[in-house]
Amino acid sequence: MVEALFWPALIAYGEAAFAYSSARTARAATWGVRIGWLAQTALLALQAARADRFPWWSFAGSLNLFVWLVVGAYLIWGCRPRFRLLGLTVMPLAVALFLVARIGGGTRVAGGDGYGTVFLVVHVGFVLAAFAGFTLAAALAGLYLWQERRLKRRAPDILRLRLPPLASLERLTRRTVAASLPLLTLGLGAGLLRMRHDHRSLDALEAVTLLTWLVYGVFVALRPSGSRAAYLALGGFVLVIVARLALAGSHFA
Amino acid sequence: MTPFSVVGLSHHVAPVELRERVALPVEEAAGLARALGDAVCLATCNRTELYLAGVDETEAVAALELLAGEPLADIAYRLHEVDAARHLFRVAAGLDSLIPGEGEILGQVRAAYESVTPGPVLDRVFRQALAVGKRVRSETAIGESPASVSSAAAALAAQVFGELAGRRVLLLGAGRIGELAAANLASRGAEIAFVASRRRATAERLADRFRASALELAEAPARLGEVDVVVSATAASDPILRVGDVPARRRAPLFFIDIAVPRDLDPAIGELAGCFLYDIDDLEAVVAETLAGRRAEAERAEQLVADETDRFLSWRASLDVVPAIASLRARAEAIRSAELAKVEGRVSPDERRTLESVTAQILNKLLHLPTVRMKEAAISADGAVYADAVRHLFGLEDDS
Repeated sequence: MVEALFWPALIAYGEAAFAYSSARTARAATWGVRIGWLAQTALLALQAARADRFPWWSFAGSLNLFVWLVVGAYLIWGCRPRFRLLGLTVMPLAVALFLVARIGGGTRVAGGDGYGTVFLVVHVGFVLAAFAGFTLAAALAGLYLWQERRLKRRAPDILRLRLPPLASLERLTRRTVAASLPLLTLGLGAGLLRMRHDHRSLDALEAVTLLTWLVYGVFVALRPSGSRAAYLALGGFVLVIVARLALAGSHFA
Repeated sequence: MTPFSVVGLSHHVAPVELRERVALPVEEAAGLARALGDAVCLATCNRTELYLAGVDETEAVAALELLAGEPLADIAYRLHEVDAARHLFRVAAGLDSLIPGEGEILGQVRAAYESVTPGPVLDRVFRQALAVGKRVRSETAIGESPASVSSAAAALAAQVFGELAGRRVLLLGAGRIGELAAANLASRGAEIAFVASRRRATAERLADRFRASALELAEAPARLGEVDVVVSATAASDPILRVGDVPARRRAPLFFIDIAVPRDLDPAIGELAGCFLYDIDDLEAVVAETLAGRRAEAERAEQLVADETDRFLSWRASLDVVPAIASLRARAEAIRSAELAKVEGRVSPDERRTLESVTAQILNKLLHLPTVRMKEAAISADGAVYADAVRHLFGLEDDS
């Protein structure tokens, strides 16, 4: 039953990723996002109900949760027609990561590991929620740079292919980062406390995550504007990718 | 079934002298609608229309004639049922407007609808109209395609700043073209802060209109740090602003619109970080591109209206068979209850509950398909035939 919910979610996300490519099918894409997210919510709820501990502690499991958080954050305001191109960025990524989660066994009911549920909820949950926010912020920053480039180049179709205004993109990027950073701080803090308790030293993923925190901390503290803010948000996101995909294996092992 | 129709005058059929006589403020329009019965009166500067549910059209025409002071039988249009619905949907979508795609009409349709308490037919069709108007605005760009250089300039500024409310504008030149561009920006909420001209007295005339400060052109560069948008439209032969005049570090972007020929602004300004510069050629290219797009957007908007009209048609058609369906279900329920009453006292409460449940399920399963088929037939115009057949077969004539 748990695995059976994977397919409707994947198909709906896939439909959204495809349908966002045209303004005519953007509405159908939005419904795809909504239906897929509900199906994935049901999947996660069943996983949680059937597992005796926090079910997303593994690399693949955490990817599953990460996709749900990314799509959930996108659903808050990203489904408006103006943000169609944001969907075109976010949804293919969601589909790809969801597939990786499935291949890695992250959509099955998982057994527990050695850590307590409360620690994992705070550590994994908050870090993933923050990363989901940073992913969205990066997509917004990418849109900002593209829109700025079109304005600079005086593209004749600037009013035909409409993106959100630069000011809105900048504001949303800043707010998303500002909301995500405290979550990363809490998740990271829990992890560091645990590390101290276990008398371990920093592994590569933890070091990169600390660097990520530093980059976004600089973003929030200095409040850069315009393309500088967009590049900084994208720079932070590169670290998120490194942490999430390149280095995750060692940490979860 | 309650008949639905519209009677009205618009810019398509009536000259402005006539339209202004039948134009009414919202309260008076609501009063007229209430006087007629189940009606909604949509009165704008371009149209006065009475949407009627079960109201005699001649009364509505007479009411309009009273306002116009002349016979309107040959001028006023009358549309019925699906044609009336399609018309209202096109009106709400802005497709019937003088400037297709204009957004004000949707608010006027909402105000007309909310000013009265319409019956079920008008309530349904107006809610659908508001929904289709909203969809056309959110899913197409028909209302956002500027048709002139000055409106394109304002739309581009909005692409940078979003809402223009509170954004400050410096206008260089007090001529007609600059004034139009400034008016467009002001209509989107921007504040015209400064008007600069070669002579202060010329600037003051236009500054008074926008409640702005008048400047001489030589003073303009010093004000660049205080504004978000610069519109330049002077007749000067030399550049008014050079790249060195623009403040070096700005947190907020600065948007320059140069609609002068020869150009007033140094093109290198557009290369500065945070600065965007559009000249007259750029703006004309944007307008040409959006006008081409407007046609495509209008087609998409018409398709949305057609979809909504089909939904209305289905709903109206289903009303034809609703009484027959209701009678059939009532008859079946009466038979079920009568048969259950016969076993009353001979079965235990548990058995009674089981019987209730089983017979109700049998009834629902038996009646499900005929109900669906009748609704389908209603849409394909066979509804009345099917409804008559059902009444005859089940002896429901006395019930209706």
